Amino acid sequence: MKIDLKDLTIKKAHYHLSSGDFSVLELTESYLKNIEEKNSEINAFLEVFDDCKKQAQDAQKLFSEKKATLLTGIPFSVKDNILIKGRIASAASKMLENYKATYDATVISKLKKQGVVFLGRTNMDEFALGGSTEKSAFGVTRNPHDISRVPGGTSGGSAATVASNMALVALGSDTGGSVRQPSSFCGCVGLKPTYGAVSRYGLIAAVSSFDQIGPISKSVGDAEIIFESVSGRDPMDSTTISQDTHGQHKNTNVIGIPKRLVEQKGLNENVVSCFKATIEKINKMGFSIKEIDLPNMSQSLAAYYILNFAEVSSNLARYDGVKFGFHKDGKDLFEDYLLTRREGLGKEVRKRILLGTHVLSTGYYDAYYNKAVALKNSLTIKFKEALKDVDAVLTPTAPTPPYKIGGKSNDPIEMYLADIFTVTANITGVPAISIPAGTAHVEGKDLPIGMQFMSAHGNENLLFKLGKKFLGEE
Amino acid sequence: MEIIKKEEIEKLAGLARVSLSKEELESFQEEIDSILAYVKQVQEVTSDSESESDKPKGVFSLLKNNMREDEEPHEGGQFSEDILNEAPKKEGNYFKVKKIL
Repeated sequence: MKIDLKDLTIKKAHYHLSSGDFSVLELTESYLKNIEEKNSEINAFLEVFDDCKKQAQDAQKLFSEKKATLLTGIPFSVKDNILIKGRIASAASKMLENYKATYDATVISKLKKQGVVFLGRTNMDEFALGGSTEKSAFGVTRNPHDISRVPGGTSGGSAATVASNMALVALGSDTGGSVRQPSSFCGCVGLKPTYGAVSRYGLIAAVSSFDQIGPISKSVGDAEIIFESVSGRDPMDSTTISQDTHGQHKNTNVIGIPKRLVEQKGLNENVVSCFKATIEKINKMGFSIKEIDLPNMSQSLAAYYILNFAEVSSNLARYDGVKFGFHKDGKDLFEDYLLTRREGLGKEVRKRILLGTHVLSTGYYDAYYNKAVALKNSLTIKFKEALKDVDAVLTPTAPTPPYKIGGKSNDPIEMYLADIFTVTANITGVPAISIPAGTAHVEGKDLPIGMQFMSAHGNENLLFKLGKKFLGEE
Repeated sequence: MEIIKKEEIEKLAGLARVSLSKEELESFQEEIDSILAYVKQVQEVTSDSESESDKPKGVFSLLKNNMREDEEPHEGGQFSEDILNEAPKKEGNYFKVKKIL
């Protein structure tokens, strides 16, 4: 039968694979064909693996042996900072351009057991630092909805593969919005799980206090299936939690809306009207709306970036040209370091390393780092309190629809402000999902706009329930 | 008034082992200065966020240490070859670097 990739979901694919309507190989080949047609323009994949067909045949065996699960044979794209043994994982950096992973990330070994097909690795902002995929060392990824615009970031490549049917689903990672914001820009569903819900073993570290791996898909149901498969305690990541760590939330049927959110500076009018329409829609779905006080978002963003810089400067100290990765020879060891890191690391990365070194240095530590930690703590306590009375808090995912390539790269503050709605979930550790909610008609193109729901720690189930209802799934 | 001077950026670059070109030094000073001017607003947060309930113990009570036993080590050398294969320079079973002293 002809495979309709556009409306395909994991469950539909599984149904057809089980009943033999098409084989895993045929499904994989449909995606490979799309990749061949589209990837040179979109630049979402940095590498398409040369053994996809072999993987597809292995998955097919699981079907004939009646050992298939929902994910068997499902074609995934994987962000370039998640390790798959024996394959390159470059974090879109020259530093790791030829680095071959020596082990599987926990999420990868879990997916391998189910026989998913890994199509390739996707472009991103270098070391997951950015917000548009423009900071990749290997060229920008283009938004499939309008190729003159960015796909968002840092998981822009992953979102673009899903939006352009070059993969059924994708894995990304989210430090300050890096799964949700590109999902918003590309019209996908993107989940940032509760901090610790998914193991980071084998994820190239950016900001260890915030990093989480999350799924990007076309439907909430697909995100849920992937989340269920990759989450759980992992002895290799001591920050992982179990399902009962946080306890279940009592259903309230109330959605919280931050007071005065629409007055936020820099908020695009299309996003405002989509936000208002969303409130109306969830009201009609039977939820009541409650205005809540969110702590000062500008201060939260400032605290987020201080902690981001600090942890980036520590985590990226490992790239020294000695143990693995790029090496540039100088006259002595000190110069080896300087040259290796200057040529191996991009501008944004080096800038954040310097900022992190500054906010952690004697004399500034108390003024920046400690203040940011205090803010993170108070924000977490306040947000937990606010979430008690509601099932979820609704905000836009990003303040604007996707913007033009090069549109924000000259002003660092403007670029950082794009994260204003997403960082709260990372600072406080709560789960958050971005769901396609509307479009902005600009220059003859329909640009996707996503809305974000945040729930109490450990309550992804509420987000899935809400999201499926919102999108009319099932 | 600038928050951070060029000389300070140069010093940070040395500490962090990243060298900058002359042009980069100029642009980094400007950009880092404007970023610090923005994130400095965390310093305005005083009494409120530093009240008793927000002292670290407030959050540490949400966190707990997650220890494991030091046991079942893997066999020595099991991963050495794979790991050393990624090293830019090696000699036998060692990473190779230039003389330090």
